[in-house]
Amino acid sequence: MRDMTLDMHTADSATAPALLACQGLSFDAGGKRLIDDLTLEIHPGRRTLVMGPNGAGKSMLLRLLHGLIAPTTGELLWQGRPLDRGARAAQAMVFQRPVMLRRSVLANLRFALTVRGITGAARAAKAAEALDMARLTDMARRPARVLSGGEQQRLALARALVGQPRLLFLDEPTSSLDPASTRAIEDLINAACQRGVSIVMVTHDLGQARRIGDDLIFLQDGKLAETGTLKNVLAAPKSAATRAWLEGRLYTAPAP
Amino acid sequence: MFSLTDILSEALGLILTWDRDLSEIVMLSLRVTLTAVVISCLIGLPLGAMVGAFRFTGRGTVTVVLNALMGLPPVVVGLVVYLMLSASGPLGVLQLLYTPSAMIIAQTILVTPIIAALTKQVVEDLHDEYREQFASLGVGAFARMTALLWDARYSVLTVALAGFGRAVAEVGAVLIVGGNINHVTRVMTTTIALETSKGNLELALALGLLLLSIAVIVNALVMALRASAVRAAYA
Amino acid sequence: MIRRHFLALAATTVLAFGLGGAAQAEDDFIVVQSTTSTQNSGLFDHILPIFTEKTGIEVRVVAVGTGQAIKNAANGDGDVLFVHAKPAEEKFVAQGHGLARSDVMYNDFVIVGPPADPAGVAGMSDVVAALTRIAEAEAPFASRGDDSGTNKAELRLWAATGIDARAASGGWYRETGSGMGATLNTGTAMGAYIMTDRATWIAFGNKGDYGIAVEGDAKMFNQYGIILVNPEMHGNVKAEAGQSFIDWVLSDEGQAAIAGYKVDGQQLFFPNAG
Repeated sequence: MRDMTLDMHTADSATAPALLACQGLSFDAGGKRLIDDLTLEIHPGRRTLVMGPNGAGKSMLLRLLHGLIAPTTGELLWQGRPLDRGARAAQAMVFQRPVMLRRSVLANLRFALTVRGITGAARAAKAAEALDMARLTDMARRPARVLSGGEQQRLALARALVGQPRLLFLDEPTSSLDPASTRAIEDLINAACQRGVSIVMVTHDLGQARRIGDDLIFLQDGKLAETGTLKNVLAAPKSAATRAWLEGRLYTAPAP
Repeated sequence: MFSLTDILSEALGLILTWDRDLSEIVMLSLRVTLTAVVISCLIGLPLGAMVGAFRFTGRGTVTVVLNALMGLPPVVVGLVVYLMLSASGPLGVLQLLYTPSAMIIAQTILVTPIIAALTKQVVEDLHDEYREQFASLGVGAFARMTALLWDARYSVLTVALAGFGRAVAEVGAVLIVGGNINHVTRVMTTTIALETSKGNLELALALGLLLLSIAVIVNALVMALRASAVRAAYA
Repeated sequence: MIRRHFLALAATTVLAFGLGGAAQAEDDFIVVQSTTSTQNSGLFDHILPIFTEKTGIEVRVVAVGTGQAIKNAANGDGDVLFVHAKPAEEKFVAQGHGLARSDVMYNDFVIVGPPADPAGVAGMSDVVAALTRIAEAEAPFASRGDDSGTNKAELRLWAATGIDARAASGGWYRETGSGMGATLNTGTAMGAYIMTDRATWIAFGNKGDYGIAVEGDAKMFNQYGIILVNPEMHGNVKAEAGQSFIDWVLSDEGQAAIAGYKVDGQQLFFPNAG
């Protein structure tokens, strides 16, 4: 399993069939085009990072890909076919601010399992496994909302993973966490990836990108500035926007 | 004209000489009101949760109607229920007029809009927070509703208490449909009205004080239940 | 677990207090539509237990104004009508809502007033003259204004004076639109003259410094009648039990029970059946 995953990491992303793809994806709100004609592929087994300056549309793109909002134009393809219920059930998402149900840690996990139709002994076993993975077993009975930010985000991640998704979206999951908590989250993300879960994650943190990124999607003003393996983009950025961002310069697109 | 001491001593006397008639009246008040509140919750909670959690055409209208119905005058409700249950009304065959059941029906009509409208508000606020998470998890409509109600349970308890307060203090509707019949449909509020009309104002006020105490006890019990539930378990 | 807690609470509440009310309602009862004056005076509390003891029939009294009592009975919501407005009762019978009407008892109306007696009517027995004097003095007068038996009687007396008192409504003539007790509470607080039946006045607990100003006129005679609601018009009427109550009220025993009801040593109602 591990070998296979490693194989996938080293595989050329261009040749592997896309898990999720979008074609000509655009989204308008308030008379403004927030996402502009994106055509992208998310490859299986990869940790794809979505980066770009504030306001580039990173979170919006995640919500569009996950189907939380409907695109104005364009279409999404799941393994080459239009999205259906099965495809939605194979995805999960963790938000920047974790949404904790007003219940215990354990009940938060049980809720996610029940929604997927898993009940009884199977549910108990999977919940216990998830608690263990997130190192929250000692806190199982505590109200989720009294946990620390890092613990809440671990629970949110465990809750997203408990339904065994094939694709996990993460919207800046560590943006407000300290280094130790950030490391715990990154470990969980890496572990999930090794179990075959593909990752799409928005991050601001270049260090984090270097630690865990395989592929990169770089957005500027709702447009795709650049995409490719992280290594290649960092080594030789092709777009002016990416170059400016990597060098720490503020970039504004030239007027058309 | 009246001193507080007189009223208090009258109230104390009522409690000390607690007799069968008084406990009958108090128990009937509680029975009618609590039953009405439970039925109102069975209707109003899902209704409020639906309006709070779902987007549908006419949602704004439903909200306005629910909010307006919160202000229904009890006497109007009493009259409508009377006309329904009257022997010459459409539901006359049920022979419910001048029974506690008629009073429960009237109070249910009064309380349900309160439960529904307040539940809608509570659920809507919570749903704003949960919406994306629920969509991501693929939570179905029914599960969404029950989960929101469950997660809002402590607020919902307060909502139920608001309904209880309205029902237990209400006199206009139960007087018309219950008839204030001694030993059958006489409750605390109708007794207070009767004693007032007899000019026994101290007794009426003492009964009012007793009613207030009972409302306080019910509220305290519910809040204690809530507190112990919060403390004990979060299953 | 807490969920179970809540459900259990709800279930217990429903079981303990629930609609089970229907179960306790025995069939052996009748509903009597009657007036606040008979109820507030305590008469029913005195005579009904005697009847129930004897026959096992429970009597449930709905005490409202005579006007509303007649309307309720005309809707079939009651087995027996026991009120005090003879013309309205006869109309009720004529319309087929009720069977024969019988006189049961009488008392009389009195006009009570404040000790200051602004119209100078205290001690009068000619009610028409007294009302005329009140109107001329424009002294406050509180009327039931609720189409009750007392209200109807009062309006008949005003008619006899030739004064359109209701034209002054809102001025010195004040219609409370409520029951006898509420009107007494309101009227005494505003220093108004009030016409009330003697029974309610004697039993009234909030007299303040008020006293009877006008009494003793034959025109203030207050006759109570009893009618069985027509079972052919209203199928749910318990004709047999209702009739046995009427028979008892009109019997020597019932009449004696009415005569025997006293407050502060005063007899409130005078039986005159047959």
